[in-house]
This record gives sequence, C-alpha cells and structure tokens, in this order.
Amino acid sequence: MDHDPITNPPVTRTRLSNGLLVLLKEIHYAPIISHWVWYRVGSRNEIAGTTGISHWVEHMLFKGSPQFPASVLDKAISRDGGFWNAFTYLDWTTFFETMPADKIDLALRLESDRMANCLFDPAEVSSERTVIITERQGNENEPLFRLGEELQGAAFRVHSYHHEIIGDLADLQSMQRDDLYRHYRTYYTPRNAVVTVAGDFETQAMLERIRELYEPLPAGPEIDWQPRPEPPQAGERRITVEGPGETVYVQVTHRTPEASHPDFFPLTVLDSLLTGPSNLNMFGGGISNKTSRLYRALVEGELAVSVHGGLQATIDPFLHTITLLPRPEREVEEVLAVLDGEIARLQDAPPEADELARAVKQARALFAYGSESITNQGFWLGFSEMFASYDWFTGYLDRLAQVTPEDVQRVAQVYLRAQNRNLGVYQPTGNGTSVEGEAE
Amino acid sequence: MSSSQRTALRRHAALGAASLPGPENITRASLPNGIVVLTRPNFNSPSVVVSGYIQCGGMFEPDAKLGLAGFTAAALMRGTQPRSFQQIYEALESAGANLSFDGSTHTTGFGGKALAEDLGLLLNLLSEALRQPAFPEEQVERLRAQILTRLAIRVQDTGEMASLAFDEIVYTGHPYSRPEDGYPETVQALTIQDLVEFHRKHYGPAGMVIAVVGAVEPQQAVEMVTSVLDDWTNPQQPAPPELPKLNLLKETTVKRVAIPGKYQADILMGVAGPPRRAPEYMAAVLGNSVLGQFGMMGRIGDAVREKAGLAYYANSSLNGGLGPGPWTVSAGVDPANVERAMDLIRDEIRRFSSEPVTQEELADSQANFIGRLPLTLESNGGVAGALLNLERYDLGLDYYRRYPSLVNAVTVEEVLETASRYLHPDRLGVGIAGPVGE
Repeated sequence: MDHDPITNPPVTRTRLSNGLLVLLKEIHYAPIISHWVWYRVGSRNEIAGTTGISHWVEHMLFKGSPQFPASVLDKAISRDGGFWNAFTYLDWTTFFETMPADKIDLALRLESDRMANCLFDPAEVSSERTVIITERQGNENEPLFRLGEELQGAAFRVHSYHHEIIGDLADLQSMQRDDLYRHYRTYYTPRNAVVTVAGDFETQAMLERIRELYEPLPAGPEIDWQPRPEPPQAGERRITVEGPGETVYVQVTHRTPEASHPDFFPLTVLDSLLTGPSNLNMFGGGISNKTSRLYRALVEGELAVSVHGGLQATIDPFLHTITLLPRPEREVEEVLAVLDGEIARLQDAPPEADELARAVKQARALFAYGSESITNQGFWLGFSEMFASYDWFTGYLDRLAQVTPEDVQRVAQVYLRAQNRNLGVYQPTGNGTSVEGEAE
Repeated sequence: MSSSQRTALRRHAALGAASLPGPENITRASLPNGIVVLTRPNFNSPSVVVSGYIQCGGMFEPDAKLGLAGFTAAALMRGTQPRSFQQIYEALESAGANLSFDGSTHTTGFGGKALAEDLGLLLNLLSEALRQPAFPEEQVERLRAQILTRLAIRVQDTGEMASLAFDEIVYTGHPYSRPEDGYPETVQALTIQDLVEFHRKHYGPAGMVIAVVGAVEPQQAVEMVTSVLDDWTNPQQPAPPELPKLNLLKETTVKRVAIPGKYQADILMGVAGPPRRAPEYMAAVLGNSVLGQFGMMGRIGDAVREKAGLAYYANSSLNGGLGPGPWTVSAGVDPANVERAMDLIRDEIRRFSSEPVTQEELADSQANFIGRLPLTLESNGGVAGALLNLERYDLGLDYYRRYPSLVNAVTVEEVLETASRYLHPDRLGVGIAGPVGE
C-alpha cells in the first residue's frame, strides 16, 4: 500500500458526544473540499410493506427544512459552483457536496440541518410518490433490472436483501407520510451516521466547525433491529423472466460472504481472474477485462458477446454476480457448460502466481485512478466505515498481495458450488416496434 | 459565520486561479506532420491520462456503409501488425492500463490511462493501433457480433430510440440525421476490405490532437509522443468535409416509436442549436442552464418534476460541437402522461424564448459556471478534456483564465435574443419512444 504522506495523508477519526463519527483527511492539491454524510440505513433495514422507504426518505431530504427551503437549497449549492447528490444502497444512504474550498461551510450547515429538521410535508410526499414510481418505471424498461430484481428475490428468501432498493410497486403506492417520517427519525441521526470530509482544509478548524454544527443535535434512538439471517442454500435455484426484445441475458450468482470476512480478499482475486477487476471507486473509471478467464473462454470462444462480473462490499453475505450475453445462435446451456468448466478449472488447480500478481497490479492502478478525485477520497472514507472501517481501505492492497494461489482455489471450492448458486435467464419475446410520424 | 472563520477552514489557498490550465502550465507542441501535443503535469497521483482525436469520422461514410467509421475505430485494437489481440490486451491489462477508440461523426477519438510508469506502453499501443491495424478476420467477425447485439439492444432502449427519431426529424438530409453506430443491415454488409480501405484513406496525422495529463514532465511527454508518432504520414489524407446547410423545421414535427412491453416513455423535444464557435454560444449555454440545468434541473425540472411530479428526470441539454448540435429538453414519464409533459415543456420553451430570464436567474448560472470550474478540472481526465476543447474550438491557451469575464459579460438581453433565434415552441422536433400508440 502507498504510505506516502502526500498521496495518502493521515486520517483523523473522532467520535462526538452524540455518537456521530467523524473522519477527516486533508488533501491540499486543489482548492476543493468534499463533504459526505453517511447513514447506516438502506434497503437492508426494510421490511415488507415499506420496501423502498430508505430511497424515498433520501428524496424527501432534498425537500428542505424551515431554515433551508427546497428552492433555496439547490440554488445555494449550485450558485457556489458545488455539486451534490445522494445515493441509497443496500446497507447505507449517503449525501455529499463537493464545493470550492472557501464555500464548504454551506454544505456543513445544510447537512447538519437536514439531519434533524426536515418536515415531510404531505403534499411533497404525494408529489414525490409519482416521481419515484416513474423512476421505477424507468428501471423496469431495462431487461437487466427486471432480471436482477427476480434473481435477488430468489437468492434471499428471508434476508431483506430480498427486494430492490427502489422498493416494490405495491409499497410505493401504499406507504404514507408518517411511515417515512418515523423511518427518518429512527435512522437519520447522529448516533447512526458518519461524517467524512476530504480536501483543502485544516483539520482542527474543520473539526471545531463540525462540533459546533453537529454536536448539539440529539443522538437519536438506539437501534437494535437486525435483518433476519438468510439460511444456508441447499441447491441451485433457476428463474426465468420474459420480456420484450431479441437479446438473451444470463446472470449467474453465487452467495459470498460479507466484506469484513477474511475470504473476501481471496474472492476479490478470484473475481479478477474470472471476469476482470471490479472497480469499487464511485468516481474514476475501470479497465477492460479481455484477458480474464471467462472472456477468453466465452467471448473468444464465440459463445457469448460479453461477460462481466463483480463482487460487492456489503455488511451481510451477498452475491458474486456474473452477467453474460450469449451469442444469438448459442443455447444458454452450452454457454453455461463452458462457464462451469472454467469454474471447475479454478477448483481443481491453484492459479499461477503471475496471474495473482497481475490482479494486484490492476487493483493498484484502479486505486491510483480513484485517488485523482477528492470526491472519491471522501467517498472511501465513509464507504469503508459502512461495512468495516477505514483500515479496510488502507490495508486493501496489502491484503490482496497476501492472497495465495491455494486461497483462490479454496474459495472457488467453497463458494462457487452449484448448491450455492442462483441463476436467472431473461428470455426475449420479440420486438414489435413500429414508427408513426406526424406534423402538428 | 465570519470571514475569518471561513479562511481558517482552509489552510491552502495558494492554488486558486493559478491551478487552472493556462499558458504557463500547458505545453503545446506541433509536430511537422501536423500532430498537436498538449500536456500538463499533475504529480498528485501516480497515474496519467492520454486522450485525443484524429480528423476522421462518420462524415466520410456513404449511406450504404453507415457505421463504418465506428466499426473501423473499434477494430483497431483487435490486432496490429506486431501484436495479436491477446498480446495487446495482455500488455495493457497486465499493467492495469486501458485504451479504447470511438468513431463519431467528425472525428475518431481515443482515450487511455495507465500508471505513469506505463506511459510508454500506452503510447506504443496507441501508435500501433492507429498506424498498423491488422483487422484479423476472426476478430472482426467477433466484433461484428458484438456491434449487432448492441444494435439489437438499441432498438429496445426508449432513450436512444427517442433520440434517433429526433435526429431524423431535425436533421433531415444532414449528416447529423444518421446514427453513428449505423443499422444492422449496413453493419452486416461491411467487409474487411471496407475497413482496410477506410483506414488507408482517412487515417492520418493531419489535424490529430493528443493530450497527455498526469505524473510526467511536459518535455518528457512531448518527447515520448514525438518518438512514436512523428514519422507517421499519409499524403492522401483528405481534408474534413464541409457540413451542408441545414433546413430548419417550419412546424412542430413528432415521431413516435412504439416499443411494446416497456413501462416508461422517453420524450426528446428541441431544435438544432448553435455550434460551439458561434459568437452567441456562451449566451446559449447560460440560457440553457436557466432553462433546464441549474439547481434541480432548472425551470424544466421545477415544472415537470417538482411541481407536477411527472418525471424522475426532466432537463435540457445543449451539445454545441463543430456543427449545429442538438438543443433539447428531455424527460422520462409514465406513458399516460406524455401529452401533459409535452405541454408543460412547450410552455417553458415558449416562456424562455419570448420573455427575458431574470437578472437573478442569469447571475445564479453565471456564478455556477465560474465556481464549478475547479471541480470539473480536478481529475486528469477532466483536464485532458479541457485541453482538447481549447484546440478543437481554437479557444486559446488563456481561455480558462478569461472564462470568468466571458461568462459575466453575457446579458439577459443576449440570452433572450439567442433563445428566440433558435427555439420556437411551434417549430420543434419531437421524438417519443416507449409503450405509446399501442
């Protein structure tokens, strides 16, 4: 790992009296500061009847408060040349602002305010309902969303990873303002949050300002709710989704452990060998995967037009996913037979050491690309804290380098078993497209 | 908060304006064969970005061979005289590096990144791919299968199909009416000989621009580019063709693409906008920001998303390039709300093209444009893109230093004049795609 104080400066980690965790990283190469607030809440914390509630609350937090009404909020950020956004994920929800350094105070005031003072006006809840249902319809236009939603449902019968982050349509139609507000008051609190700041500031002054704004907020209720653990899987499950189009999509998922599990690192190397390196950066591009084992076997072998894969860093065990598009003239079964052959090859013999060395170099390059962006540095400070700690990030390359060929063989045997697999096929039913023109 | 506190939060203000690209930190070199090299160092990360373009694109394609420029560009990395496909990607991916080519209407672009220690490898592969592609049959056929799958997916993509419908209406008889990726029939008919010929005739160093940004000294960057590309020649390389005159719409024209089985319809409404080098371009982009960008997607976002709750996304965009790129408003809506959303958008276009924006609206967008500049330039890729724009549109190396005064010089009158010149609520091209008209 890079221990250079310039490219990887030290991080200050502090907990305020109300439980809010703060991580600060000074980076002085550009006059920019990125400020993030992370809440330990996502679709993982949702139950039937209120699926999609975390994502909806995220939307409502852009609707303003008495101090920062909605119309003032986004204009103020944009006027100062900042950009801001928010993401809701399985395990977490995050809000960020990247601003010219001398304008960052606005972001601190805004985020500390909306941690406590959003109103959830019923009229705003109602207009946002149709916006979110439309967002879901946009997702449903995509074959991979339809397939992924069914597949996740099949893979998780008990755990709340069962449903999509955006939620089920039935719940989006029925959820009420008070459900949303209760969720907000339970989870979007200092006790359940992490504030991370990266960029051109002085740590002591920044910490003082954060204390001033965030420490007076009440800690919020203790949260003892945990999702129900998914029982072990006893055999392969297959699902089929039919929909418009001419292209077959196949997703092959295997259940994999949580990011803090020691096997996560050998699995990361395994994923890199099979389908190319996953890019965990939120900002900073990835690289191609044409020398990966599955690209060679399936695309160069003229069975598929593309193959990609990835592992996600999550709190609870989730899925390794391989997505492939068979060539139109190929049967799904013949593609899967070759895929199984490649998995068996990894299970039967440890990979060559130089294949591992290459995976580590690729990870090092992706880290370098990600470190160009101060926004991405702020992202990592908080993202790693959601499922482990920032040490997970700083130790990442070292731990990848320690993975042995035998480790990779072992995790292939343990996790890439058919009994541990959920497989989905999107079967296209044809186009039926037509065009009609008119002058008004 | 007091201004002294505000200063205290920052330790380091030395960079400021000086960190923006400008004459004293950009190195520009011209090689005798016509290649322009632009470079700017950044040692804050051990990585480097290479990007640029050559003067060759879909403009050179006959109608029967649509997609040829894109196919040729994508095939460059499928094998070169010195290296096979596997050898190319073995070298590239072993280094954690990336390099790809993309054919568009006017130019063929390239982009790559690597750790600084592997810049030599990246430039060697760039030069090989541009100058010595082998177009091996087996690889070209695999690529063709991939392109055909992408086109099969395009037919199902409501956003892309709305955009194609829009282009056909607004750019009738103009090269911009043609999809850069071609159609399945044209791609199916292209031969390896077509690719070889297209490359031989149209690829050359004249007008090529390459930007190198990252952990490399400027002189070294120029020397490295020179060493791999200064002996490239193509005496037959033609000059880029002129764009024909565009016939403007006389009435609003709508094209609906029915894609059964979808849940949402995409709408794209607009006109052909000003080219990047038009004198009124700055007034147009600032006006566009007011119309559908600023804050939560400007006036369009306010009307269609915030007030009516009709769409998750509803915004406007202006892509002025070498020619009259599209100036559009787009939204994704429930199929039952298409007409309502179109009415709201038309009302906003009517207001925008007939009444001046307020001083406050313009000042907001001006502040946004100036304030966000350092953010758009924070990564090597962002800087490389900025350097290429300087060259492509002949803006001058001091453009980003002059930028604040250029932005602030625009008046509400100029915004209205520009808006009324281009946008008329009754002369719009409208592309709609989704489960409509079933």
